[in-house]
Amino acid sequence: MTDLTTSTAVTVTMTVNGVEHSSELDPRTLLVDHIRTGLGLTGTHIGCDTTSCGVCTVLLDGKPIKACTMFAVMADGAEIMTVEGLKQNGELHPVQAAFKEKHGLQCGYCTPAMMLVGAALLEENDDPGDDEVRWAISGNLCRCTGYMNIVESIQEAGAQMRAGSNGVEADDMELQDEQTDADRPKEATMQEVAE
Amino acid sequence: MTAIEDQPELDTTPDVGGIGHAIKRQEDDRLIVGQGTYLDDVVLPGMLHMSILRAPMAHAKLISIDASAAEAMDGVVAVVTGELMAQHDLAWMPTLSGDTQAVLVTDKVRFQGQEVAAVIATDPYIAADALEYINVEYEQLPAITTPQQAIEDDAVMIRDEKEGQTDNRVYHWESGDAEATDAAFEAADRIVTLETHYPRSHPSPLETCGAVADVDPVTGQATIYVTSQAPHAHRTLFAMVAGLPEHKIRIISPADLGGGFGNKVPIYPGYVVATAASLLIGKPVKWVESRSDNLISTGFARDYHMKGELAVTDEGKILGLRVNMLSDQGAFFADAQPTKFKAGLFHVVTGSYDYPAAHVVCDGAYTNKAPGGVAYRCSFRITEASFLIERLVHNAAFEVGMDPAEFRLKNFIQPEQFPYTTPTGFVYDSGDYPTALRKAMDHVGYEALREEQRQAREDGRLLGIGVAHFTEAVGAGPSKDYDIAGIKMFDSAELRVHPTGKAVLKVGVKTQGQGHETTFAQIVASELGIPATDVKVVHGDTDNTPYGLGTYASRSTPVGGAATAVVARKLADKARKIAAHLLEAAEGDIELSNGQFNVAGSPDRTVSIQDVSLAAYTDLPEGMEPGLEGVHYYDPPNLTYPYGSYIVVVEVDLDTGEWTVDRMVALDDCGVRINPMIVEGQIHGGLTEGYAMSSMQWITFDEDGNCIGSNYMDYMIPTAWETPKFELLETVVPSPHHPIGAKGVGESPTVGSPAAFVNAVIDAVQHLGVTNIDMPVMPHRVWEAIDAAQSAG
Ligand code: FES
Ligand code: FES
Repeated sequence: MTDLTTSTAVTVTMTVNGVEHSSELDPRTLLVDHIRTGLGLTGTHIGCDTTSCGVCTVLLDGKPIKACTMFAVMADGAEIMTVEGLKQNGELHPVQAAFKEKHGLQCGYCTPAMMLVGAALLEENDDPGDDEVRWAISGNLCRCTGYMNIVESIQEAGAQMRAGSNGVEADDMELQDEQTDADRPKEATMQEVAE
Repeated sequence: MTAIEDQPELDTTPDVGGIGHAIKRQEDDRLIVGQGTYLDDVVLPGMLHMSILRAPMAHAKLISIDASAAEAMDGVVAVVTGELMAQHDLAWMPTLSGDTQAVLVTDKVRFQGQEVAAVIATDPYIAADALEYINVEYEQLPAITTPQQAIEDDAVMIRDEKEGQTDNRVYHWESGDAEATDAAFEAADRIVTLETHYPRSHPSPLETCGAVADVDPVTGQATIYVTSQAPHAHRTLFAMVAGLPEHKIRIISPADLGGGFGNKVPIYPGYVVATAASLLIGKPVKWVESRSDNLISTGFARDYHMKGELAVTDEGKILGLRVNMLSDQGAFFADAQPTKFKAGLFHVVTGSYDYPAAHVVCDGAYTNKAPGGVAYRCSFRITEASFLIERLVHNAAFEVGMDPAEFRLKNFIQPEQFPYTTPTGFVYDSGDYPTALRKAMDHVGYEALREEQRQAREDGRLLGIGVAHFTEAVGAGPSKDYDIAGIKMFDSAELRVHPTGKAVLKVGVKTQGQGHETTFAQIVASELGIPATDVKVVHGDTDNTPYGLGTYASRSTPVGGAATAVVARKLADKARKIAAHLLEAAEGDIELSNGQFNVAGSPDRTVSIQDVSLAAYTDLPEGMEPGLEGVHYYDPPNLTYPYGSYIVVVEVDLDTGEWTVDRMVALDDCGVRINPMIVEGQIHGGLTEGYAMSSMQWITFDEDGNCIGSNYMDYMIPTAWETPKFELLETVVPSPHHPIGAKGVGESPTVGSPAAFVNAVIDAVQHLGVTNIDMPVMPHRVWEAIDAAQSAG
């Protein structure tokens, strides 16, 4: 029997959260597995593996796609953004701040994907109506939160973006950074990878 | 006790953030940056991967298994079969309900999707591939797919291996007084009957189940990461199954679970096989269920066939209730279940109404389906019970020609009747039902809506107004009545305050996204005045938390929250002594408020909880034991009884049977609300699940027992697009026996709302002659019901 993991390995290059990665991988590796296992970015989750739940969503060249039904090789040369790329220069993305502020999450399993879809929507339209948000996230299931607060969170993030603020007071920001960084060795590793 | 309309006054300042403050969740900081730790994020050095081969048919004799081709594959380390498990005496395991369940099939397959063999490989893709190379020979047997078939005299026995079992019955159980109920029915003017099926549903948290088992070959120490809502109970069961010493088993339910909803209460064969494989191979083994595996094999809920009869007078007074219920338990009776109550707490079916007599007969049957009966976002079958009584009451009102809200108000247990003993023996602790329903009616504009409904009918439109008022029984529970596998259902909290006044709270319950890390810290903040953000809450690790029965049945706040309040009070007592010493005053004169101890009558003589914490390690009264810590195991004196009044307005399309929700008003009384933001979030989530079950969510089977709905394309879950908006209201009647007056809320909306949705649809079409449509109320069912009623009438 052939060992599928090495004999047909291909090289795939993609830019993930602004950092270029070249990886040798089995061509059948799904994008979500490459992100989670290959690159160690575990914020992207798996819920169904059939394109139905949306928790594996990442942004590919700015557009939300479901990483469970796409091979990593198909993303060769692409720009990918995962939840780990939302926070930039130590500042939460407005959508992240708004999800906390508006109680847009409970177990948090669907949350990275919801925030990425929300962020992509706001790139195009920073003042979406209720129906526009609901339609945008209609490929993403949530079993805990009941959607109302998710919709509100995305709209709140839009309001913050329109106001030109990231939605978090500078003082709070520092505090959150300290807590997050101190408690989270994983994040440090992520930054090392990035450097 | 009368309802107050809002939260009582807050006794802590915002910076302390005790009970009643809608503070933001501490857990969100890691979750919004993608740094949560779920089961699949657990990676251990040298870890192998497991994939499970499942039976393709529902009932079959196992003839042979040939795994040689799979074993020969590169990367495959081992194939585990039932035979191998049997050699280690692990072919069967006890369930939480005191039944037994096959770990891997040895004799015959009893449901489609049952675990037959497992491959352990170096890579998850290889493990999945290798399943294809295992050759299994089966001899198919006819499948029993309904409990009615199962209890026929000549039905083939599904559990023929079980000693003492002579048919397919799982249990027979009765509650209430048959004679008194017969008398009530004799005296009645009318008998209103409803037969309905609460269909099989799947809790389906977005994270599936899984385990990473790591048995150290040298020390024999087993560390098992597992998606568990009840890690301590699982440890004890693991010790019993595997014969491992309990102190050498450490169950870690990861910091973050991607939802549970009852699905992560049972012990699944996959957990046991992964552990056995790690033990045999000497390396960590990871198993993560696929979505299809999750949907066809784990933790189904409901599947209750119910007949209810209500004895009423022409004036609309209820005299008695009679219920016959037959449940489909699947092939193994596997859910968590208090051993005293075979049908769980189904006997809460008398609902929110005051009448003297009820008699409930419950039967359960084995069928060739995956194990069912999980309490999906409800306490032990209360969802089914609440649905039945609220549908019955709606129909009874229609039959006596009364408004359904009026009918409820006429029959409600009155505020002054609490504590109220129901005809089936529950003692409801507190409530004010009329105030709740009236407030919901006022908010929705009930009278005007009824007028609008009359108008709409004249215009040929079908408007429906559905009312439901439920009473739940949560917080299991008092050890005299409630247990899981014989273990009493208390819960625990251990609190340590460090010299700098920061605290660690360890609890026996386990969050699955409910926000325990924030709410439990708020309880400590209220009791001791330590800011909630200074309290770290630890849960889910059996080596590092006190024994508890876990999180399900909305028991975390009623039991674990009570344990937290009591342990904090124990510490406050000691702290008061230390404060008296520091302030050179008599202990009796020391008052504690919002983190400040002061001498009664002299507000300027004061020390803070932080000063006292430091003194507990540096400056103690003569002879006092140092430190500021304690533990409490809380055995509740009674269940708690949250309730709610829900009103739904729908419009039904006569031509297609489609219905849309115009309004959904939900008033909940869960006693004192610890964090109102989190409570409301829980209600949103539960209402969405109630809507899901009412309208689309449904696991079906064909006549051979094949599960139709093994993925999210066939098992419909509402998205943001379909889900209605909710308008929330509250009243607050504290529980008189709970230390902080809280009752629990997580499942109230799931319990209460299905009847409100279905009553609304029925209400829209009842004048056409429709009296029932089973859930899920799909458009075709509505259309067929109207069509049938019109052809009949
Ligand atoms: S895991 Fe990709 S859509 Fe569900
Ligand atoms: S927050 Fe749990 S699935 Fe969305």
